[in-house]
Amino acid sequence: MTDLSHIRNFSIIAHIDHGKSTLADRLIQQTGGLTEREMTSQVLDNMEIEQERGITIKAQTVRLNYVANNGETYELNLMDTPGHVDFAYEVSRSLAACEGALLVVDAAQGVEAQTLANVYQSIEHDHEIVPVINKIDLPAADPERVRTEIEDIIGIDASEAVLTSAKSGIGIAETLEAIVAKIPPPKGDRDAPLKAMLVDSWYDPYLGVVILVRVIDGVLKKGLRVKFMQAGTEHLIDRVGCFRPKIEQLPELGPGEIGFITAQIKEVAQTAVGDTITTVVRPAAKALPGFKQVQPVVFCGMFPVDAADFEKLRESISRLRLNDASFSFEMETSAALGFGFRCGFLGLLHLEIIQERLTREYDLDLITTAPSVVYRIQLNKSRTDDAREIMLHNPADYPDPSRIASIEEPWIKAVIYTPDEYLGSILKLCQDRRGVQKDLTYVGGRAQVTYELPLNEVVFDFYDRLKSISRGYASFDYEQIGLREGDLVKMNILVNAEPVDALSMIVHRGVAEARGRHMCERLKDLIPRHLFKVPIQAAIGGKVIARETIAAMRKDVTAKCYGGDISRKKKLLDKQKKGKARMREYGSVSIPQEAFIAALRMGEE
Amino acid sequence: MNHAAILDEQRSDSVNPLALYVHWPFCVSKCPYCDFNSHVRDAVDIDAWRDAIIADLVHEAALTPGRPLSSIFFGGGTPSLMPPALVADILAAADRHWGFAAGIEITLEANPSSVEAARFGDLAAAGINRVSLGLQALDDGALAFLGRAHDVGEGLAALDVAQDAFDRVSFDLIYARPDQKLADWETELARALAFGTGHLSLYQLTIEPGTRFSTLAAKGELTIPGGDEAADLFETTRAMTTAAGLPAYEISNHARIGEESRHNLTYWRYGDYVGIGPGAHGRRGKAASERHKKPENYLAAVARNAHGIKAEADLDPATRATEALLMGLRLAEGVDLAAIAADSGIAQGNLIDARAADQLAALGLLTRDGTRVTVTEAGMILLDAILPRLVAI
Repeated sequence: MTDLSHIRNFSIIAHIDHGKSTLADRLIQQTGGLTEREMTSQVLDNMEIEQERGITIKAQTVRLNYVANNGETYELNLMDTPGHVDFAYEVSRSLAACEGALLVVDAAQGVEAQTLANVYQSIEHDHEIVPVINKIDLPAADPERVRTEIEDIIGIDASEAVLTSAKSGIGIAETLEAIVAKIPPPKGDRDAPLKAMLVDSWYDPYLGVVILVRVIDGVLKKGLRVKFMQAGTEHLIDRVGCFRPKIEQLPELGPGEIGFITAQIKEVAQTAVGDTITTVVRPAAKALPGFKQVQPVVFCGMFPVDAADFEKLRESISRLRLNDASFSFEMETSAALGFGFRCGFLGLLHLEIIQERLTREYDLDLITTAPSVVYRIQLNKSRTDDAREIMLHNPADYPDPSRIASIEEPWIKAVIYTPDEYLGSILKLCQDRRGVQKDLTYVGGRAQVTYELPLNEVVFDFYDRLKSISRGYASFDYEQIGLREGDLVKMNILVNAEPVDALSMIVHRGVAEARGRHMCERLKDLIPRHLFKVPIQAAIGGKVIARETIAAMRKDVTAKCYGGDISRKKKLLDKQKKGKARMREYGSVSIPQEAFIAALRMGEE
Repeated sequence: MNHAAILDEQRSDSVNPLALYVHWPFCVSKCPYCDFNSHVRDAVDIDAWRDAIIADLVHEAALTPGRPLSSIFFGGGTPSLMPPALVADILAAADRHWGFAAGIEITLEANPSSVEAARFGDLAAAGINRVSLGLQALDDGALAFLGRAHDVGEGLAALDVAQDAFDRVSFDLIYARPDQKLADWETELARALAFGTGHLSLYQLTIEPGTRFSTLAAKGELTIPGGDEAADLFETTRAMTTAAGLPAYEISNHARIGEESRHNLTYWRYGDYVGIGPGAHGRRGKAASERHKKPENYLAAVARNAHGIKAEADLDPATRATEALLMGLRLAEGVDLAAIAADSGIAQGNLIDARAADQLAALGLLTRDGTRVTVTEAGMILLDAILPRLVAI
């Protein structure tokens, strides 16, 4: 156990690509956590997807032993937090485990919206912020401008900002000194009843569920019977340790320390982030504040392209869920897409990550339906049913409109940070998506605009549009601000007069027509010609709001077919019939699966 | 009398007709659209080929005893390059080993060149009673594009000779050529119909894989009329031939009543046919056979085995029924489900998708009359899209 005064717990706040992982790697290297040979780039981001996308999904910690210039040895706990708003709650718990943060800002790019959101969160946790201006050796670097930006935008003193180039190893020693000098040591009482926060957890095939903890008061030891206060469960601790970043077992974790425990827990779902761990004997009187049960906010259907893969999908989803309790799933059937699952996610990035992991790690070919949000619907009393409230996750379950008293949809507050020249297009995008402008400020050549937006407009390709109109320069961050009533309707897509369940969506009446027309036009190009003409309609209830017609096929016939051609023709026919089996029938219209995938693909206008 | 009635009458003449196809694989040059089994060789050893083809014929005849031939067809390649004596020898062997049914139809495919026209008299004397001339176009530019050696004048002269020399004459035209306008084709076809042959094969140009045209098309240097244009050309063709008294009895084949190619009808009616010569296919009862394609390999195979078969296998009932449907539905007369059920042992109800048939009938693309199923005039142009829906096996 290290004396409180010699512990420093800190996180690193940075926008994607500003150099967080590289800086972390350098800190580990400099303090001898890993030899040169053991360093793979981005040590902390273990998952393939994390490394590829340069993002952190799971929180991780590394304990560094640092001999400071004053000759004393300090225990530095680096908390690598998820960097995306989808994981805002997880981020808040990781931050709550620290007393300070390194704010890493790219010396050329300057402050980004995502950085801001995380800095504010960190400030809310009373963190001491140590500014680090990174990539100072880039030709475009302008540390002085960035220093001013940090002071102007964030409002913290940046006069003593550390100048680094993590890539070239510049300023690493100075960073370590600044951590010791500026970040306050944790507080805690070794003799008080145990109080430790469950920061994050994951499933390890050898160790079972590994739980990251920050001890507030008391001591965690192997053999201790502990209680998870929110879950109400009891467990026997069988390992206590830390990561350096290699796993190392320790006799105990004392107050102020960050490390891990295992307790023969099989499922991540049993370990809620933010829970308070205490002892069964002499428990803490009160749980730690700030605990929340996370709820999925974005939903979509996931179906195997090959119906025979359904069981494999079920298994893969279940296995993923073992390690990620924040996503939910239940079985769903679609006339168009067969058997699949309705899955709930913390946000769009979370959705993409799960989708990608299923595709990549489990080798599944998936169709993902358009993402939707959760609506709260007040139902009127009917002859057979009382007035009641339902939460709608799937447009397919949309109730009889005559019973709907009101529908509420989730709204978000979005902060967009963009170079001036793209502001006009961005404002238009936000207006088109029913946004309500709340704030607009300029700093240098950059604008920061705050909008309130309905989440269902954001899940429909908003982010991709934003990236494309700003050529990738705009950054975007959001938080949920609750439910608001809206004039929302279910729009059906009818092919040859038959509704196609997988394509129905809930939209605001004001944008329904444009959305419907877009979908009809898209399908017109995606559905092959048939022997008869095929009308494609978008309709709200019985009212058609957009329509396209696919002309009937005119000619499809083999000119020559004699005795020697039979086998070839038979093979062709077999192939055509096989192709037909991969289609879904709606009102005698065969819709190729590719058409569903393309029609539902996000991010195309 | 319509086609179906006439054809029924013909069918009753020979209950179990057997057709013989003889493939002559050699051409003077290869045409850029042709994917048939054709080869260009400096010299052809006629004696060796006579021996090989006759040996191959004897092998097949032994397997189909007691079945006189109702038709013989010399195809290629360019069978009009065969010496008439060789044709005579093969016909004599066929007569010896099978015998000829009364009124046998013996067709030979011929190039309409002056050299070949000069042999028409001898070919007729050898026993050929029908020729199918590869006229292909009545436009010199189009003939050059199609890689043909003859021009229109030479081709029509050959047609004249053929009409004098043979009882029955048919010729081929290829239409829906690049940039061919509907009005141009109407003029060309009207001229073709005025020559008074009893039979015409009118093929829309198709880009076949492995041809020079397919290379050009892949490079974007060749485009043929598609979609609506091709459909208009097809429909006009059928209207004009019908008006001229040569309605379509098959997708691309038009004839005066009674002038249909009996040999080709055997294919479409899924009757038995023997195929000899390189690359020839045969259907003998349940067995499907295929000959070695390359001329040298074929000769070697016959020398080794006394036949040119590369592969032979019994077809399962589902394949036979499917083949019978996809061939038979090309015909204006349609198919008799009862007959296909009897041959394959597959119940009539399982041959076609009844729901699809009803839908197609409602769209006017199909008619059902008792056990007979017929693709309508309107449906023929869509046959390839109809088959995968209709065929249930």
